Amino acid sequence: MATVLRTYEPRFWDRFYIPALLQGLFITLGRIFKRKDTIQYPESKHVPPEGYRGLHRLNRHEDGRIKCVACEMCATACPAQCISIESSPAPWEEGEERYPVKFEIDLLRCIYCGFCEIACPKDAIDLTEIYDFSDYTRDSLVIDEDGLLKVGDITQTGNVYQRHNRGEKVELPLAR
Amino acid sequence: MDTFDLLATIIKVVIVFVTILVTIIILGLAERRVSGFMQYRLGPNRVGPWGLLQTVADGIKFLFKEDIIPDNVNRPIYLLAPVITMIPAFMTFAVIPFGVPLEIAGHTVKLQVADINIGLLYILALTSVGVYGLVLAGWSAGSKYPLLGGLRSSAQLISYELAMGLAIVGVIMVSGGLTFNEIITHQQATSWNFWKQPLAALVFLVAMFAETNRLPFDLTEAEQELVGGYHTEYSSFKFLMFYMSEYANVITASGFMVCLFFGGWDMPFIDEKALGHWGVVLSVLAFVSKVGFFLFLYIWVRWTFPRFRYDQLMRLGWKVLLPLGLVNIFAVGLWMALRA
Ligand code: SF4
Ligand code: SF4
Repeated sequence: MATVLRTYEPRFWDRFYIPALLQGLFITLGRIFKRKDTIQYPESKHVPPEGYRGLHRLNRHEDGRIKCVACEMCATACPAQCISIESSPAPWEEGEERYPVKFEIDLLRCIYCGFCEIACPKDAIDLTEIYDFSDYTRDSLVIDEDGLLKVGDITQTGNVYQRHNRGEKVELPLAR
Repeated sequence: MDTFDLLATIIKVVIVFVTILVTIIILGLAERRVSGFMQYRLGPNRVGPWGLLQTVADGIKFLFKEDIIPDNVNRPIYLLAPVITMIPAFMTFAVIPFGVPLEIAGHTVKLQVADINIGLLYILALTSVGVYGLVLAGWSAGSKYPLLGGLRSSAQLISYELAMGLAIVGVIMVSGGLTFNEIITHQQATSWNFWKQPLAALVFLVAMFAETNRLPFDLTEAEQELVGGYHTEYSSFKFLMFYMSEYANVITASGFMVCLFFGGWDMPFIDEKALGHWGVVLSVLAFVSKVGFFLFLYIWVRWTFPRFRYDQLMRLGWKVLLPLGLVNIFAVGLWMALRA
């Protein structure tokens, strides 16, 4: 089948450009009354898609013990070398023998690749959907173990931004 | 001139000046919000209710910004250029009547700052003076982009001033006078010039956009090619002066258009002069809403049409608008000769 090339053949009135100009004007006029795409941050927030890699969290067992066993698999896998862990024998009788006394992630060095999440044998570390954490100093953007556990607690009950948009009050860690 | 007239004139000057400033503020916000709406956005809506104070905040920002004067500018001319642009921009509105004369205590107060008998020529002359500001700004900045912008503006304004003048000639021929009051009274007695001379109205409209350097004719500040055109090297308050004079010119051009082709303060089917004070209010409202429509048109057109290329601009001016203006004059002359 031959390719049909469609060329533009202006009709008599088209040569004056007036009909086309008016058509254009009415397109833009109509847009004024259409629904706007603006998300009015911070009252409502963009909900990132499933699998978004944002702020990290550390997970807990049902009884509240930290899942992490301080094996440092994540720190080894991390290409940015921004995880630092101090391991110590666990204080509890039952369960894992070791746990991290210090678990810090430098959020400014992290490249949010998600390798830590994949490397972890215990499903202890995840990347969450939280994206709006910012601060004025570099020190405050090094998140410690308590902070990471708190992120874990907040994000257990569903997407924080969906909850925020529904009007629920969600205290985000770090976010001002 | 007695004390009453003097006082009335001073009050009118203050009112008109303040109104123009307030309109500039509103226009600055409207420009940004309407732009937003046309692009499925909301535009600035945080400062004050509905963002009403946004332009005020912008103005304050301009005042507190560092005022940078580049090293190799021609200082006296560089400093003078914004003033040369701004003063005529604010002066031109003086001859535009915005309502029927008001009767107070036996005196007649014309709602117009100055009713001079060459009103139309006054506006054409002053807008040409305003062009000097742009050209000097571009020339004195000692940098190539402003220079190009300034050159473009002079060429563009000369070309379109001609077409504009020709469009006005037709109006002067039918109304038989150079003052706005004669033109408006004539339109009130018969019908709006727009219905009688749509061709002239169209030519004038296009020329008006070109004269005020607005899209689709903003070749002088085409930001993709010329950074910012003639005001590239200006900052802080001097930039604000260019910004304000552009809007003042837009307002005056809209008022000019309304007076010439859309009956000025004339409200159709109503005899304002017979209604006393209410007629005055009605006529001012009619004028304001007509001007408001054209201000909206400026923004509307800005987000609808792409910018002309320079040669297209020149072709449109000299090969299309100029002949159309001449055709209009010829047609009006023929019509008047046949009727006489
Ligand atoms: S997301 Fe990547 S860079 Fe960030 S902590 Fe995990 S492994 Fe390191
Ligand atoms: S988070 Fe996972 S990979 Fe990292 S130290 Fe803890 S258990 Fe090991």
